[in-house]
Amino acid sequence: MSEGLNIVVPIKQVPETTEVQFDEETGRLIREGVAAIINPFDEFAIEEALRIKEKHGGVVKVITMGPPWAADALRDAISMGADEGWLATDRAFAGADTWATSLTLARCIERMGGYDLVICGLKTTDGDTGQTGPEMAEHMDIPHVCYVSEITEIGDGRVVLKRNMDEGVETLEAPLPLLITVGKDINQPRLATLRGRLKAKKAEIKEITNNDLKMDPNEIGLDGSFTRVVKLFEPEVPEAGEVVEGTPDELAEAILAKLQECKVI
Amino acid sequence: MGEVPVKVTDACTGCGVCVDACPFEAIDMVNDKAVINEACRACGQCIDACPVGAIVMSEAEAVDLSDYRGVMVYAEQRGGRVHPVSYELLGKAQELAAQLSEPVYAVIVGSGVGAGAEELVRRGADKVFLYDDPTLADFRDDPYTDLLAQCCKEEKPSIFLIGATSLGRSLGPRVSAKLQTGLTADCTYLDIDPETRLLRQTRPAYGGNIMATIITPNGRPQMATIRYKMFPEAVKVDHPKGSVVEKTVDVSKVRDRVKVLGFEEAKEQVSISEADLIVSGGLGMGDPKGFELIREMAETLGAAVGASRPTVDEGWIDYRHQVGLSGRTVRPQVYIACGISGAVQHQAGMKTSDIIIAVNKDPEAPIFRISSLGVVGDLYEVVPRLIEKIKEHSGRA
Repeated sequence: MSEGLNIVVPIKQVPETTEVQFDEETGRLIREGVAAIINPFDEFAIEEALRIKEKHGGVVKVITMGPPWAADALRDAISMGADEGWLATDRAFAGADTWATSLTLARCIERMGGYDLVICGLKTTDGDTGQTGPEMAEHMDIPHVCYVSEITEIGDGRVVLKRNMDEGVETLEAPLPLLITVGKDINQPRLATLRGRLKAKKAEIKEITNNDLKMDPNEIGLDGSFTRVVKLFEPEVPEAGEVVEGTPDELAEAILAKLQECKVI
Repeated sequence: MGEVPVKVTDACTGCGVCVDACPFEAIDMVNDKAVINEACRACGQCIDACPVGAIVMSEAEAVDLSDYRGVMVYAEQRGGRVHPVSYELLGKAQELAAQLSEPVYAVIVGSGVGAGAEELVRRGADKVFLYDDPTLADFRDDPYTDLLAQCCKEEKPSIFLIGATSLGRSLGPRVSAKLQTGLTADCTYLDIDPETRLLRQTRPAYGGNIMATIITPNGRPQMATIRYKMFPEAVKVDHPKGSVVEKTVDVSKVRDRVKVLGFEEAKEQVSISEADLIVSGGLGMGDPKGFELIREMAETLGAAVGASRPTVDEGWIDYRHQVGLSGRTVRPQVYIACGISGAVQHQAGMKTSDIIIAVNKDPEAPIFRISSLGVVGDLYEVVPRLIEKIKEHSGRA
């Protein structure tokens, strides 16, 4: 292995708030007027990449797929300390589900000059699927480890790490190249410095279009997506019961009565 | 992926430029058309060299939808114990299969998991595909992916359901990518469109603010991961007619790149997913010590302790207690929320509880809009009195 690690962090630009509205007639989300930020989970991925680079040397490349203005998210990542920003942007990529997105990103990463470690946020706050990372790993035929809470060792082409499962914490050893997904328990992301912001402003964003990838139009964007959203609607809300006020004693009594009523005591 | 991803389209003129461009001698000319052979490394040199753009990177293979029948469930297990979400999926699968007049399948992978397979038959599976091998004792994404993909290719189910546990959320995407089909994450509702016979997969998105119904018209199987505690478990049937089908495991043919070095079971076994009674604390407690009171109350009631996301973010309590969209979905008989304002993302994890009791100082707290009983008051005044009263009551009873 050459000096240092080649680390790629795929990121996504998401709406700042999840309180979105949608057009009942077209069934489409209204995205206008909502500020866009880096998916918060991706900041943990960027931070972890930077820490690995600081310790072991190497280069941190961020990539996103999206409209031209998604370059803003790349610049934010560069201002945190990432070295290169890559933007996969093409009308033909639009409307992709996780399958098509992960395939496009995989093909991009394979053209970005080698990779040892791909670090993804464990999910995005808009789509909320957590699927793009593992799917990307399969498309690249590299192993993946989800929900990594700690990287304990990197060296000799292998990584020892811990992952959080529902029942406890697993310690795993994986070979490089490897894809991992990380969440908020792995680190505390740094803030961008002023110098970083200046660097980001001037940084060149490298664009990748389908002219570069030459992917079959039937496997990118909406046409390449196996899933279709057929309906969007607001969630049902259970009916509210009574709301009571009173002295602490009366209130405790009201709860007690309810618990007796449902026969749990 | 096994298959060569480079494809030659009908635009090929047979000029032969690609044959010279290929560094691996992976292109033959057959009947004046370029044909990619197995030596292909997908380097893309030919794609760049082709003067008419007739060579493309392509993963997609045409599927004949009518070949696919059956609703299959992945039976997750740890140490031979089948995860209850698998029985819930089996119950749902029976309902969907009945509508489609198709069989119900389950697939189980592990070591010494034959008893689990039998139990799935007793609970009504028509066929349970069993991959049992000592090397499969610990879950690893690689071999489990390859075996599930192999099973789907051989058995061709039209629908394949996986529990949205930490394991299922890691495994499902890998399997769907390998099978080249769609996957819908974290579904909370499933049904069949009577006209198209497609599976309608409904899931929350945007932090639970929106529900989306998704279909997979052209990929097979139609895959979805399903939240735990959404459907009742399949129960034992009177005369089980199904059978266990043992599948051969050829370890040399499955990938296995990640080693499990150790497993540390969570210190505190938190079982909020299974609990019938839950007492939860939120940021409104104002202090991590608030959980001491919550625990006392939970102990008195024999309840599990839940928590809102902000308290977990603040480090007041372990993430395994977290209720909500980014934590666990719970469906207890009674859910008692103390100092929880009731953000949409929290509601998404608990609003299907039979009875919701909320204690909050703020009469405008959104939690009151979904509570069966809302109590406007200071939890530090109300809860200690409640604990006393419950103790008195149990003493009398």
